Amino acid sequence: MSPHLVPVEHDSVGRNDRPLQITVDGEPVPGIVGQSLAGVLLADGRLSWRRGPSGAPRGVFCGIGACFDCLITVNGVRDVRACRRRAADGDVVETQRRDEER
Amino acid sequence: MAVRQVAVVGAGPAGLAAAEAALSAGATVTVIESAEQPGGQYHRMLPRAYQATHPQRLQHHWRAFERRRRALLHPDCTWWPECTVWALEQAEPGMPPRVHVLDGSVDGTGRPRRVLEPDALVLATGVHDRVLPFPGWELPGVFTAGAAQALAKGERVVVGDRVVIAGTGPFLLPVAASLTEAGAGVLAVLEANRPATVLRGWASRPWELAAQVGKAAELAEYVVGQVRHKVPYAMGQAVIEARGDGRVEEVVIARVDPDWSVIAGSERTLAVDALCVSHGFSPQLELPMAAGCALTAAGFVEVDEDQRCSAPGVYAAGEITGIAGAPAAVAEGTVAGWFAAGGAPAAVSAARRRAAAGRAFARRLARAHPIGTAWPDWLREQTVVCRCEETTYAALCRAAGAPTREDPRAVRLATRAGLGPCQARICGQTVTEITARAREQADAPRAEPHRRPIAQPIRLGELAAPAAQAGPSDRPNMKESES
Repeated sequence: MSPHLVPVEHDSVGRNDRPLQITVDGEPVPGIVGQSLAGVLLADGRLSWRRGPSGAPRGVFCGIGACFDCLITVNGVRDVRACRRRAADGDVVETQRRDEER
Repeated sequence: MAVRQVAVVGAGPAGLAAAEAALSAGATVTVIESAEQPGGQYHRMLPRAYQATHPQRLQHHWRAFERRRRALLHPDCTWWPECTVWALEQAEPGMPPRVHVLDGSVDGTGRPRRVLEPDALVLATGVHDRVLPFPGWELPGVFTAGAAQALAKGERVVVGDRVVIAGTGPFLLPVAASLTEAGAGVLAVLEANRPATVLRGWASRPWELAAQVGKAAELAEYVVGQVRHKVPYAMGQAVIEARGDGRVEEVVIARVDPDWSVIAGSERTLAVDALCVSHGFSPQLELPMAAGCALTAAGFVEVDEDQRCSAPGVYAAGEITGIAGAPAAVAEGTVAGWFAAGGAPAAVSAARRRAAAGRAFARRLARAHPIGTAWPDWLREQTVVCRCEETTYAALCRAAGAPTREDPRAVRLATRAGLGPCQARICGQTVTEITARAREQADAPRAEPHRRPIAQPIRLGELAAPAAQAGPSDRPNMKESES
């Protein structure tokens, strides 16, 4: 199985989910208001979205902005840490790869 | 005497306590926090937009935290959430550095710059997990334990259904508790140190523990929680490899000796969909280094009993001075904030005693959960050590062995280890230890922490724009959440 959001009906903290939608490389991906972009991607079942220098897949590692593994392009701005950036409805996300940079 | 202006960086347990104490000593305070809400990692809060009706169900010591965060609403307190300190600049001798702040979303663009010139600066920037490399640790689905905890507690995202938690330290237990609460299946919690090591660390000087009864009770609660959920907890076992095609699919678990060398023949595999690892913690040292603060032999920020750093006007509190848990961080924050505001010593003698007890507790934790020296035996030639640049173990050993490479910078330049986007935050200490071992040095030196004059990324356009000289009232105080 993949990463996922705790189902709202089973969540003891009592959430009131309001939907949002972003696009990832052109594909619509649903999320809820308040999630980080990494949270949206993980909850959509994606474990990786970036490629390292060798082309190896990367996603979230440290989750608090120290490792820079989860970098993405948001609305045309490169190198945004997905784990630290809150998702906004309509965000246009593009994945990055370091193997094509060089 | 004029009212003192105190800047506090970080709104976790230590930073909030510092703000509260500085306000009660009569100072005006600016609290700068990169997240949307206070709490730090320990009181990692749900997004306000989740409108949770029972957020306290994920928290310990919630009432004390709720009281403490009310400091942010104090009329003499300015609360700057979602603000990043990107540089500290030495202004005048004898004075704390100028604080350069970016106001806006993380890694955004066009964020206004602000500059503070406080009379005293309190650094409470916390730590992140230290993870040792092992074959496959760069696979998606391998997380730091802190990442799994932050996602579960802070966003209600569960990293997997068949999860192994491995490494060393009492922090593995609350992570297991958070994941279990969120509905993940935790297959095993593996502490690499053996009972004898852990007990020797915990049982020496037992009188020091009396002051930490609260933390001990919290840990006991986790242990009971493990029993209730029947999560197997094993000691003297480590995950030495992660395997999978494009993501983690199985882990190799082995029994290890007290120095963490693998006991031959004890290896077994276990199918997982996520692995969470923590071998300790690395302090976030960019700002203390930029301020010119001296470090301890263990690589944390050196403070005196007033939480004063070696740099004038700079105080440090919480886990950047040593890992002792939230109660100790609160005590240190109280002392730091009080003295930063110019308060008289007598009023905080109790907090000072608690802070000293916290430091003793930190030493005990470090003794009970050391990193075994034989961990590099887990690595293979092609194991990635620097995640950013994908520098392999073999490349590092080769570079370290070259006679012209006495200077650690030469090793970095030859291999690119530590020169990628994370700027050695993840691999710095590891590369130092591997290099020393390759040269057959008996004691690995502490990594010389990388100086990062730009503490956090800033865009060129933002750098070019003029900064506002910010008085504390320059920015409307953001309303603190009442949830």
